[in-house]
Amino acid sequence: MHQLWLIPALPFAGFLINGIFGRRLKKPVVNAVAIGSVLLAFFWVVNTLLSLGSLEQPYVERYFSWIASGTLNIGFDFAVDRLSAVMLLVVTGIGTLIHVYSIGYMSHEGGYYRFFACMNLFMFFMLTLVLGANYLVLFVGWEGVGLCSYLLIGFYFLKQSATNAGIKAFVVNRIGDFGFSLAMFLIFIQFGSLDFQQVFAKAAGFSPEKGVGMITFICLLLLLGATGKSAQVPLYVWLPDAMEGPTPVSALIHAATMVTAGVYMVARSAALFKLAPVALDVVAYVGLITAVLAATIGLAQNDIKKVFAYSTVSQLGYMFLGLGCGAFSAGIFHVMTHAFFKALLFLGAGSVIHALSGEQDLRQMGGLRTKIPVTFTVLLCASVAIAGVPPFSGFYSKDAILVAAYGKAPWMYWVGVITAGMTAFYVFRALFMCFFGEYRGHAHPHESPLVMTAPLGILALLSLGGGFINIPEFLEPVFGTLHEVHDQSLVYISVAAGLLGIGLSYLFYVLKPGLADSLADTLGGVYRLVLNKYYVDEAYQAAVVDPLVDGSRTVLWRGIDAGLIDGVVNGTGASARGIGGVLRHLQSGYIRRYAAWVLVGSILVIVAVSFTGGLK
Amino acid sequence: MEGLLFLTFATIAVLCALNLVLQTHPISSALSLIGVLGSIAVLYLLLGGEFIAAVQLIVYAGAIMVLFVFVIMLLNTGAEKQPTRKIVVTWISLPLLFTFIALAAMLIAQQVPKTEVVTFGGFSGGTTLSVGRSLFTQYLLPFEVTSILILIAILGAVVLARKEI
Amino acid sequence: MDFLPATVPLSWFLILSAILFTLGVAGFLLRRNIITVFMSIELMLNAVNLTFVTFSYRLKQVDGHIFSFFVMVVAAAEAAVGLAIILTVYKNRSTLEIDDVSSMKL
Repeated sequence: MHQLWLIPALPFAGFLINGIFGRRLKKPVVNAVAIGSVLLAFFWVVNTLLSLGSLEQPYVERYFSWIASGTLNIGFDFAVDRLSAVMLLVVTGIGTLIHVYSIGYMSHEGGYYRFFACMNLFMFFMLTLVLGANYLVLFVGWEGVGLCSYLLIGFYFLKQSATNAGIKAFVVNRIGDFGFSLAMFLIFIQFGSLDFQQVFAKAAGFSPEKGVGMITFICLLLLLGATGKSAQVPLYVWLPDAMEGPTPVSALIHAATMVTAGVYMVARSAALFKLAPVALDVVAYVGLITAVLAATIGLAQNDIKKVFAYSTVSQLGYMFLGLGCGAFSAGIFHVMTHAFFKALLFLGAGSVIHALSGEQDLRQMGGLRTKIPVTFTVLLCASVAIAGVPPFSGFYSKDAILVAAYGKAPWMYWVGVITAGMTAFYVFRALFMCFFGEYRGHAHPHESPLVMTAPLGILALLSLGGGFINIPEFLEPVFGTLHEVHDQSLVYISVAAGLLGIGLSYLFYVLKPGLADSLADTLGGVYRLVLNKYYVDEAYQAAVVDPLVDGSRTVLWRGIDAGLIDGVVNGTGASARGIGGVLRHLQSGYIRRYAAWVLVGSILVIVAVSFTGGLK
Repeated sequence: MEGLLFLTFATIAVLCALNLVLQTHPISSALSLIGVLGSIAVLYLLLGGEFIAAVQLIVYAGAIMVLFVFVIMLLNTGAEKQPTRKIVVTWISLPLLFTFIALAAMLIAQQVPKTEVVTFGGFSGGTTLSVGRSLFTQYLLPFEVTSILILIAILGAVVLARKEI
Repeated sequence: MDFLPATVPLSWFLILSAILFTLGVAGFLLRRNIITVFMSIELMLNAVNLTFVTFSYRLKQVDGHIFSFFVMVVAAAEAAVGLAIILTVYKNRSTLEIDDVSSMKL
């Protein structure tokens, strides 16, 4: 036994200690418990992976029989294969770095121990999700990370906007979870089990002549779950609002780990998706649409965290595009590299915000290159990585996806290339607006402490060099060989698009700063449309939220709850009182009336007895 | 002979009972009750119950009714004041009563065949000898318990008659 | 006298007992003076006694007489205590109307 359970158990222990005793513990103790638990989990992951060897086949540990009901047998099992190994390393590694960073970032905030307790709880659930050997254990982690996301988004719970964002995230995720639950039910009906090994073995032996309608339906429902968790169209609207949470939360949960859970789940179910090409097409389309949509919105945003949030949505779209084109390992590769540079972008943005004592608007920044040089350097590393400039990490993973897209349909490739250009444009726009030109704000920028810049440095190195970790080759036992396209021109075109984006944004924001505003005025309505996120939130509010709330209020609350249920309950009480009011006349105090009742009763008894044959 | 006796005294009993129910002054009711008790004693004699007949006259008519008359005289409240009888009482309960009697009579007549008749000397087991013998052998326990019951009744009456209740 | 039966059918005794009992019940329900009510109870007891003796004749056993004897003893005890209660009620309420002692109503 390699004691896989220790991996999630260590952060859970950290959660318990910090959650129960945190109020009374000193800050260094809280830090030690929180970071120690995650760091130990990381070491245990490395130790387990090293001792498990090559992991061509998944390694499963079964703990106890959780549900045994009729034909449904679900055990609480953990499994590790190469796919989970990648995810485990990313989650624990980047988790540790972000925990260390949070010591510095949250040092002046209230609720210090609560923050770390929730972060540890999140790590526990995320690791359960990745380690799960069947869909139900995965779902436990799935729901748990949703809960922690809610807790952490609403961390500043005294702010109305923060609590609203938390609720929005939870509710929108719930819609996705509904699809996931239905998919699980159908998987059980179709395959008789929820265990990955059993389901995928049966799927491998499934002959397509039987008709793939049910499997397509299952895959579409799984996709619905994934769109909720991974912020794809149409359920992406919670992610930008989730920026209300502290920046380390945005980095860990909404960039590197939780939002990739949907990608992980789809990649894990690759055997099912491969049987249903229609579903794979839908995955690709959803990813592509999301990537383009989010990129356009990111072009116009003025809050630095919102820019990166939409960038996350867009990059997740890329991952889904990769999955949908059959390049599952490319998608996971992008998960890893994205975790590096997106976490770095968010943490760097956090460093800027910390330096400016809370300012988040890009228009109030500028010229910080000289004042906070370390932050500038790491953010520059992250930006070139995300822009797909070779030989940095983003280039390799994004290129793998674009090449696979070309193999599926060339027009997808061209749309992807344009989006890559937009990605480069808006990331460098943020970089230039923040670090170049004249300082437009009123704060006193100061560099962040070492406890914050050290993780930034490590992440910068990973962003630059992470592309050399050949994930597609590592994941061959799981997904098969990645189809190699030997057309070098595709690679050159995508790199050129990235460089063009960088160049354009340099033009707009460094050389000719007024050009951007005049262009915005010229475009007028289009600009406003993009700035207001295409009014999607407002559309949802009007089409879905308001009718539900009104309907619930009038029908369910007033009609059924107050009228019917309260009516029945109160009516029972009232009728009891009424019957009592009638029956109390039996005891009138008049002796003769009692005697009359006795007589009536005895006559009845005599009549009854004589009718039934008398007393023998 | 038995028939004459029975009819006479049965009629007296019923008339006295009616009188008891219909009279307003309690003393008249008490005297009617004494009449009922006497007639029933004669009927006991017809049935061969000499001992019971004697006991009835001595205890019931001679002691209990004396007690009743004594209390009525002591309290001296006079005749009952008659309010208007309610419709329910007159028109429902009285017919009900008559139907009840009729039903009972029918049932009894059905159950007991006409061949069973009562004559003098038909039953010789009601003598004092046989009653005494049965009372002190088979029914000894109830006899003793009843003596305790009377003791309790005396105590109760004494307690109730005290001044400060 | 020919219309008088030479022997009395047993059922006539029982019918008489029923009539007396019913009259007792009627008196119990309809009279308002407590003492009259009490006397109606005694009437009912006598009717029952008659029934017991009649059946004792029918079954040719003495047990009915014994039972009747005990009923009389109990009636005596009951009369003693009951009249004591009536006297107490009269002392406290100065009324012998049965409807005026209704303070135990709900």
